[in-house]
Amino acid sequence: MSSASRVLPGFGLSLGFTLAYLSLIVLIPLSAVFFKTATMDFERFWSVVASDRVVASYKLSFGMSLLAAAINVVFGLMLAWAIVRYSFPGKKIVDALVDLPFALPTAVAGISLTALYAPNGWLGQLLEPLGIKIAFGPYGVLVALVFIGLPFVVRTVQPIIEDFDIGFEEAAASLGASRWQTFRRVVFPALLPALLTGFALAFARAVGEYGSVIFIAGNIPFVSEITPLMIITRLEEFDYEGATAIASVMLIVSFILLLVINLLQGWTARSTRRSA
Amino acid sequence: MSIAIQSIAKSFGSFRALDDVSLDLPRGELVALLGPSGCGKTTLLRIIAGLETADAGRILLDGQDATEKHVRERQVGFVFQHYALFRHMSVFENVAFGMRVKPRKERLADTEIRRRVNELLDLVQLGWLKDRYPAQLSGGQRQRIALARALAVEPQVLLLDEPFGALDAKVRKELRRWLRRLHDELHISSVFVTHDQEEALEVADRIVLMNRGRIEQVGTPRQIYEEPATSFAYSFIGNVNAFHGKIEGNFVRVGGDLLPHARTDLTDGEPVVAYARPHDTEIIGDAPEVAGVAARVNRVLSNGGISRVELIANGPERGGAKDYFEVEVSSEELSRMALENGQRVRLRSRRLSLFRDQASG
Repeated sequence: MSSASRVLPGFGLSLGFTLAYLSLIVLIPLSAVFFKTATMDFERFWSVVASDRVVASYKLSFGMSLLAAAINVVFGLMLAWAIVRYSFPGKKIVDALVDLPFALPTAVAGISLTALYAPNGWLGQLLEPLGIKIAFGPYGVLVALVFIGLPFVVRTVQPIIEDFDIGFEEAAASLGASRWQTFRRVVFPALLPALLTGFALAFARAVGEYGSVIFIAGNIPFVSEITPLMIITRLEEFDYEGATAIASVMLIVSFILLLVINLLQGWTARSTRRSA
Repeated sequence: MSIAIQSIAKSFGSFRALDDVSLDLPRGELVALLGPSGCGKTTLLRIIAGLETADAGRILLDGQDATEKHVRERQVGFVFQHYALFRHMSVFENVAFGMRVKPRKERLADTEIRRRVNELLDLVQLGWLKDRYPAQLSGGQRQRIALARALAVEPQVLLLDEPFGALDAKVRKELRRWLRRLHDELHISSVFVTHDQEEALEVADRIVLMNRGRIEQVGTPRQIYEEPATSFAYSFIGNVNAFHGKIEGNFVRVGGDLLPHARTDLTDGEPVVAYARPHDTEIIGDAPEVAGVAARVNRVLSNGGISRVELIANGPERGGAKDYFEVEVSSEELSRMALENGQRVRLRSRRLSLFRDQASG
């Protein structure tokens, strides 16, 4: 195709700019992580990234991030649905509240969640007798990650629900489908691509979260230490290679998980976008 | 299934969509709910379907009270204006949907569902599209698939909301004829909503003419066209010339002119609107002693055997605009009259229908 025959001009320019920008902002800083890591020999690399304490932190970080994103998908969907479909007093306020985790400094979130869920906090003292311990343990990590990830799901699903014509649900009902069948067969498939995007965003945010988790987790080795904390610890010891080594493992795992989610999202979007 | 609508009322906020509407629709007919937008026709259809609940009144389906029944249980097939086909399902799965969501003990075997879907797709003549997705179909094809999907649950009543509203003129006409043929084959009681009088007159067995939340007239297309019962019915259906004036003995005074009429039940001075169809209106020469409304020839449109003459009233403006009239004459008559643009003539009618003028009375 010659450039003269293109209807939309500027392909070369925009691709060039995109690549240059992406390199400057994302690729070069990230590759620095790998270059720094490459100065280590493999044995030392392995001893850092595969040490028991660090492995325990991977499990906690990725496990809790996936779990938090899953929880956010369920409740974020409910929240977005309520905001779009129903009108109730204070709806605008609820809508604005959703964005608050975006705006709040994460440390503030961490401190207030800790105060709330600590054994002597408002909620903590109610849960303590039941044997449920939130703050200063792995579930504290989960609570913080759910908190910061919520807006991502709500804000990605909300416009899709707004566009979702109520006629589809009416059509399903007129054909005899129950509410549950309508949700499972008609509504959910239409929202799935957006839900997956929301899941990916909430997950990515959770994996990278540091500020809020540090305050509530208690940071007990092998129990409630997240991977970003392990990196900071290395940095404080001036062990830059060790820090980048753990960071590169985190990057690779995150990248693979996000790639899988994106592929899944693309696949579901293709099967629903065969639409006008 | 016969449908009985008893004193249905429905308001949206302060807007009265339906105002004490009662109607009986016998089994097996194809009925058109006709009216301008905002007249309540779609609301009435949705209330029959159970997609909307009435503020007052009852709906009986086959004599059984269905007012409280959920749309799931009413055994109605509903075809939406914008089709509402499920985008992530193939045409086949869309049609099969109603059969697949049945409770397990009522559900047909998979092979039986497959057979029925193929049968329905053949009925709408789109079997070859069964593996496509809605986005890959034209508007007319989507509408037919939506119809097949509604028929799959073997409804007792078929309800169609502006079924051809979103289609272009040619496809509309085809689908109209096709719907009529389909109805003649299946004899399923059907109600469709339209704002297009031509559509209603051409397709329906019976027309329910609505205006401002009320029923104006119910009748066969012929009755509706030839014997409009109200002023609204006259002005909404077909082309019509309207003369606004006051009763003066055996005449209607329109501005400075007189139109003869044959009614005896009207008192002098009463404001009226006199309606005449273009083919019942005649053009006569301009002379002050003959009765007739003075007008000026604006344009002569001749195509084929019937020509249309467009005229502008000589009288004063009404509501900021001059009245326009239209007269249909045969081509021979037209050449005999030798009309020229701007020529002054008078109009009168062989068949004048008078209604009390609510606007000025």
